[in-house]
Amino acid sequence: MTEALPVADTPDTVAMAQPAQGEPWRRRVWRALLYGNADRHAKARGRIGLAMIAFTAVYAVIAGRLIVYAVTPDSHSGARSSAADAVATARPDILDRNGEILATDVKAASLFGEPKRLIDVDEAVELLTAVMPDLESKEVRERLANRKRGFAWLKREITPQQQRDIYRLGIPGIGFLNENKRTYPNGAEVAHLIGLVNVDNQGIAGIEKWLDGNGLAALHAAGLATDRLQEPVRLAVDLRVQHTVRDELIAARDKFKAKAAAGLVTDVRTGEILSMVSVPDFDPNNPKEASDPTRINRLTTGVFEMGSTFKALTIAMGLDSGKFTLNSMLDARASLRYGKFNIHDYHAQHRVLSLPEVFTYSSNIGTAKVALGMGVEHHKWFLKKMGQLDRLTTELPESAMPLVPKRWGELNTITIAFGHGLSVAPLQATMAVGALMNGGMMIPPTFLKRSEEDAQKLGVRVVRPETSAMMRYLMRLNAEKGSAKKVDVPGYYVGGKTGTAEKVVNGRYSKTKLLTTFMAVLPADKPRYLVTILLDEPQPTAETHGYATSGWNAAPTAAKIIARVAPMLGLEPRLDLPPADQLILANMKQAAR
Amino acid sequence: MISRVERTRLANWWWTVDRLMLAAIAVLMMTGIVLSLAASPAVATRIGLDAFYFVNRHALYLAPACLVMIAVSFLNHRQIRRLSLVVFIVCLAMTAATLVYGAEVKGARRWIVLAGINIQPSEFVKPAFVILISWLFAESTRKSDVPANTMALGLLISVVAILVLQPDFGQTMLIALVWGALFFMAGMRMVWMIGLAGTAAVGLAGAYLMVPHVRARISRFMDPSSGDTYQVSNAIESFVRGSWFGRGPGEGTVKRILPDSHADFVFAVAAEEFGIVLCLALVALFAFVVIRALQHAFRDEDPFTRFATAGLAILFGTQSAINMAVNLHLIPAKGMTLPFISYGGSSMISLAYGMGMLLALTRERPRAAMVTLERLPPELRTA
Repeated sequence: MTEALPVADTPDTVAMAQPAQGEPWRRRVWRALLYGNADRHAKARGRIGLAMIAFTAVYAVIAGRLIVYAVTPDSHSGARSSAADAVATARPDILDRNGEILATDVKAASLFGEPKRLIDVDEAVELLTAVMPDLESKEVRERLANRKRGFAWLKREITPQQQRDIYRLGIPGIGFLNENKRTYPNGAEVAHLIGLVNVDNQGIAGIEKWLDGNGLAALHAAGLATDRLQEPVRLAVDLRVQHTVRDELIAARDKFKAKAAAGLVTDVRTGEILSMVSVPDFDPNNPKEASDPTRINRLTTGVFEMGSTFKALTIAMGLDSGKFTLNSMLDARASLRYGKFNIHDYHAQHRVLSLPEVFTYSSNIGTAKVALGMGVEHHKWFLKKMGQLDRLTTELPESAMPLVPKRWGELNTITIAFGHGLSVAPLQATMAVGALMNGGMMIPPTFLKRSEEDAQKLGVRVVRPETSAMMRYLMRLNAEKGSAKKVDVPGYYVGGKTGTAEKVVNGRYSKTKLLTTFMAVLPADKPRYLVTILLDEPQPTAETHGYATSGWNAAPTAAKIIARVAPMLGLEPRLDLPPADQLILANMKQAAR
Repeated sequence: MISRVERTRLANWWWTVDRLMLAAIAVLMMTGIVLSLAASPAVATRIGLDAFYFVNRHALYLAPACLVMIAVSFLNHRQIRRLSLVVFIVCLAMTAATLVYGAEVKGARRWIVLAGINIQPSEFVKPAFVILISWLFAESTRKSDVPANTMALGLLISVVAILVLQPDFGQTMLIALVWGALFFMAGMRMVWMIGLAGTAAVGLAGAYLMVPHVRARISRFMDPSSGDTYQVSNAIESFVRGSWFGRGPGEGTVKRILPDSHADFVFAVAAEEFGIVLCLALVALFAFVVIRALQHAFRDEDPFTRFATAGLAILFGTQSAINMAVNLHLIPAKGMTLPFISYGGSSMISLAYGMGMLLALTRERPRAAMVTLERLPPELRTA
């Protein structure tokens, strides 16, 4: 042993319990006062034990508090994750009938700030605006200034380059959330059809909104819509046809300096809408354009007096009732006088016209007489049956209510007979004409892909098949001899009806502000497709010899579209077909026999 | 070298020192370095220093700290008392000198520059004071010519007076608390205890009424919405964010915001980056050191050893508990470092000095004589 152990120098424990004998009385009193007469050794032991318990308790409380914090959900990131839920919702892809992508989700980063975590707001704002000059520095500062806030969006959907730049700045309290940004690779091509989404990826128009209304929103609410493997939605639209129609309509709108141009291609057997274009349209990737009122979808959201194309409905009504036949003669020698009104013909013949002539010369007087012959109530009943008096509902949320006269008298029947005084959505009129063409079945139009069997189940008979055949004959005849000669694209046996409506300006029909329409069926003997063209206020040009009626603008546009579209739709050109009275009428009579 | 056969001084030390406590302290020191790596670079870069300035200094201080701790743990009781007397007198004088020569930092004069090193002498006063008080209370338990109680009170008043002048309410509170605890353990009657507690309550109430920033802190604690609770609410958030296993090293964000993340709020930083599991481990380490030291005090028969051990343990334990409780928003904010974890040179060396003494005091001694005495029936003992 090299050194003594560190022994307590006075291990005189006995003294502790002993009352001090030899000390002065004053100190003894002091001691008694301070400590009492207990065994101080035992007391000290006990009190050290107490200290142990106290410290154990204190540390237990600290540990308890730690555990409480550990199990506390991070409210802050909770708020963030709910924000993430709201924005990261995936949407199904939207495809055209051939599988081409019309709308898809692309991951995009969104910039947010956490004011609570920010160290220097001014520095952060300065750095951010340096990288992204389009950021409003005042607004960003305002959003970040409230230190109590845990989360504030700064900029939604930034580019990867911007994200990298901001990342390099290394500002604490600034972060990114990955969002699904909806993109429309075809831009404006299918704008009115598929609509668009808002910045939270919720559909606000068109098919996109329809998706939300059909379970997608519920999926979002349940938090299940984040799955990228959602079933794509297949539409009826054919992107190639859509592009062609749009291309021709833009050209026509330019050429005739029209306010707007719109076109529809529908399958008369299934009700599918293969193409729907209304220019001016908007790029759904740039939502600001969508709210411009001049860019509305004129085919569903607008209602128009359809003009002479409506005569098809009136003539069909007469033929279907059996009261009129193709041989019926109608007196169009003088204008039709009703009260103080005089109804004239545009291409006035001043003679008695046969029913086909009424159609091909587009005689207002003749058509009005057909309608008057059926009576007001029958006319109303028939138009109701043809869906012209009620709002047409399709997948598109945008739809307009027809403007139906409140009191419908004989005068109304006269004007409505030739397409004035009743405003309907062009899609609605197309649906009705489609029913006249396809053998008499009214099939509700759809933007989704639909098979012929499904369409047959949905179809409701509105006119007899013979009526339909006669109507096709009249349509074809019109292309052979009448106002629709310009639309006779060789090989496709097109039939068509023009329509020129005078627009109401300040309560009077205007002679210069016209709405020209054209409806073409192809092929007229075995109808497959219906093409509807609408030009809003086309202007006369040198080429049209000063005319601005349908036959000069809408019909040639339709012809161009048909020439380009028919091969895409798989229609084989058939040349050298006999005229309509042989091919359609004779077949009908044969079938009847 | 360390063999039971050959009783070298080192071997002797090794076999008598409380090795578990030594290990616990060593682990705390190492954890301090790791957490310094997490917490201090953010502070250093914010005030324009090299990112690892505080880490390097922390590590640098650890060497003398270890040296001091081991060296002190070799001392025997008499040497401890004498050293403490010297340290106490020198450091109290230096603390007094800070009032005149100290640089004012954040409204208080606590620091003095000695040979180019910033020293906070009041840190060293604390453990030395505990030893002196323990000796005085031990003296008071036996027949002695020393006016122990009077001297103990005198010491307290002198230390408190200087600390209040600095002002350093945290250290004052700590010293008063340890003094009271030792007085209590020395066997003070309950009446006085209640009196002391009453005085403390009146003192706190007085501080609440008279000192604006104390009042503000307490009202903020009671009603967080009443004022700026920036530090504490950020600290709480870091616990919540950290959850059980933390966000991972370097993933903490709160440390960038807390001005004292390397000192007073290192516990919160630890929670955010390494998780509450680590925090619980730290709590367990502190609790282990404190309870084990108190156990030694409980068993020891010698009044001085008992009081000194308990006093040092209480000093250590109270400081750690207050720091963690402030971090966890259990008590109003009070600047107090977390022993061995927080950054601070003076604090580190002083803690090493205190823990060195604790290790020295808790070394095993031959107790045969005492055990025999204890076994005697009381009547024989008092005879």
